[in-house]
Amino acid sequence: MMLVILWTDALVFLLLALAIGFALYASRHEHLRAPWRRVARSRVGLGALVVLGFYVLIGLLDTLHFRLPLADPAPGAAHAATERRFAPEVMSVFDYWARPLRQRQEKTYSAPFATHLFVKEAITQPDGSVVRDYPRLQYGGRHLKDPKQRGWDIFDTALRGQIEGLVVWGLITLLVLWGMARRRGLALLAMYAEVRDGRTDLPWRTALGGLALMLVLGFVAGELALKYHILGTDKVGEDVFFQALKSIRTGLVIGTLTTLVMLPAAVLLGVMAGYFRGWVDDIIQYLYTTLNAIPSVLLIAAAILMLQVYMANNADQFESLVERADLRLLFLCLILGVTSWTGLCRLLRGEALKLREADYVQAGAALGVGHFAILGRHIVPNVLHIVLTTLVLDFSGLVLAEAVLSYINIGVDPTMNSWGNMINSARLELARDPVVWWSLAAAFLFMFTLVLAANLFADVVRDAFDPRLRGTR
Amino acid sequence: MSAYILRRLLYALPILIGVNLLTFVLFFVLNSPDEMARMQLGEKRVTPAVISNWKQEHGYDRPLLFNEKASGLAKVTDTIFFQRSVKLFAFDFGSSDDGRNIGYDISQRMWPSLAIAVPVLLVGFAIDISLALFIVFFRATYLDFGAVVLLVAMMSISGLFYIIGGQFLMSKMFHLVPISGYDIGIKAWKFMILPVIVGVVGGVGSGVRWYRTLFLEEVSKDYVRTARAKGLTERRVLFRHVFGNALIPILTGVVVVLPLLFMGSLITESFFGIPGLGSYTIDAISNQDFAIVHAMVFLGAVLYILGLLLTDISYTLVDPRVRLQ
Repeated sequence: MMLVILWTDALVFLLLALAIGFALYASRHEHLRAPWRRVARSRVGLGALVVLGFYVLIGLLDTLHFRLPLADPAPGAAHAATERRFAPEVMSVFDYWARPLRQRQEKTYSAPFATHLFVKEAITQPDGSVVRDYPRLQYGGRHLKDPKQRGWDIFDTALRGQIEGLVVWGLITLLVLWGMARRRGLALLAMYAEVRDGRTDLPWRTALGGLALMLVLGFVAGELALKYHILGTDKVGEDVFFQALKSIRTGLVIGTLTTLVMLPAAVLLGVMAGYFRGWVDDIIQYLYTTLNAIPSVLLIAAAILMLQVYMANNADQFESLVERADLRLLFLCLILGVTSWTGLCRLLRGEALKLREADYVQAGAALGVGHFAILGRHIVPNVLHIVLTTLVLDFSGLVLAEAVLSYINIGVDPTMNSWGNMINSARLELARDPVVWWSLAAAFLFMFTLVLAANLFADVVRDAFDPRLRGTR
Repeated sequence: MSAYILRRLLYALPILIGVNLLTFVLFFVLNSPDEMARMQLGEKRVTPAVISNWKQEHGYDRPLLFNEKASGLAKVTDTIFFQRSVKLFAFDFGSSDDGRNIGYDISQRMWPSLAIAVPVLLVGFAIDISLALFIVFFRATYLDFGAVVLLVAMMSISGLFYIIGGQFLMSKMFHLVPISGYDIGIKAWKFMILPVIVGVVGGVGSGVRWYRTLFLEEVSKDYVRTARAKGLTERRVLFRHVFGNALIPILTGVVVVLPLLFMGSLITESFFGIPGLGSYTIDAISNQDFAIVHAMVFLGAVLYILGLLLTDISYTLVDPRVRLQ
């Protein structure tokens, strides 16, 4: 197996490392730990976090890329010290894990849970005559002898998935309860009563309830997906459920990396403008007013089109389609970052203007601490909460923006799985009769769940970090 | 005041130059005028003579930013960038690469854009504010909580869903209005209904939530307590005092976007096939028509700066404590 690290993979790992680092840093500082405790105590926040956790898990699994080794053509001769060869196709752990979904490709559209294709075809009967009818699907519901049994089979399978999900959930719950009971010195049953009645400090009941819901949903969907196309298939017969899951990574990458790439510029410039004032401030203000003055869609469109032209003229620089799509994704993050860093920069400038007058900063300056030491030690740590809330607040907007941009063909690469691309390729099918609705529905549903969870979580985070807002909601 | 405005207008100059430079670099950093000419003329069988002819016709035969051959000031002025930008400052947009007069096109396409953008703003404004007031009236009840949850859910729905859903529901299922298109003059109204509804509904989530926060901030102020202590009914306090005072930040917030209404909405217009400035720009981008993109970006920047200036002025009008100097 050969590991492949794409550009966005590397940045996602960097982001992960930063997040862990920040978590460690925050756990050692009370003023950062307190707001997070408030987030964890909020039922909405914890519930949203469980949902986000599932998305992130799938996204991360989809980020570990590798290439499978090719089977040696001649097993005996392979010892002749030739180097190992790898399949040209780049796969992720998620692709590998969801192989059954990926490989079961039908001919064209089929409705969710369908056993027959969506369009009629000429079928040769056993006796040699040809009939035009809806043919059976190659994979969806193939195990059924008679398609009429489908209802019971779905019920059966769903029940099995539900039981599996509940068993897994039960094990996790038991483990959590056991751990908590040991720490508190309570009996397991007493701990259970505490959690059931919601008397724990953290809303464990909500967290475990959310987990139960997600696990049951996941297992039911997984069990059914092995037998049917639970969200139907698209024009070329690919499983829509698989596409929607694959799109999670794209959405998460856009939502997080954009902020990551703009963060250094926004923080550095914003803090410097507020702290130094004078001509530094003038230049930085000029910079972001100029960028703001250009309508952002225009900027993105122009930049992406230029990139397309460049890629078309220099096609030989890219090893594979995946790599090319990945670079385009990274570039999209960059350009979205360019259009969105100005808001944060302005906020930080205002905060730094206030902070530079604070007593401790004045005292530091009087004691002869250098400018950059003051910036690094006193100003930046004190604006981190603004950075964090902006990061969380921007996330959902960026996920939504991706869909719109892909829809007008200035988003991610058309070969990349993304909700925008799913919507884009499905929109014309609404004109069909009967309507092909499942691609659209799946994309909107997955996007809605992610964005809703992110929005709720963002609200809780903002409330926790901004004491001024407490009590207004 | 007039001195302040004059100074702000002078500040606008470097910003506009910067915007021009940025657009220019963005367009030409990867694409040379030769490639542009090839694209406009169609890729096949283009001789160098034809290309240079096209470049000369459209004024792309100079160096991009710096002319080494010229002498003195002409080093800077005899370039594509300078020749293209200077005229913009006099709002002379020149002609597009396919020979149409951009200024005329803009003046024609401005109206469909406004016909959509202004109703969306006004209707949306009225609906958002009434809903927000209604929710604030029932604050700290289950109705308030439920409404906020609903608003967050509405915010989380993709704008595309509203557009596609609206087109499907109103046009395909009930055949109430056309899916997309536009007509001249008064007959355009039935094409306007759907984009306006979609625009308003799509904005309700974030709009109402924002106004609700503003109202709530106002409700907790001292003068409200005084008004209540005076014996005013809750309704009177809310609709008269709170509403009036909260209107200040709301109106000044709206002023910023007023000039930009001319630009239209790129996305709505391209979905509904409205021949406004938004779709004009999108088309220009996909045709790589630099002249139009340049003109539209410039126009957008001017309007943005105008919006900022108007905001400052409106502050002094509504709040006597603010003085411009």
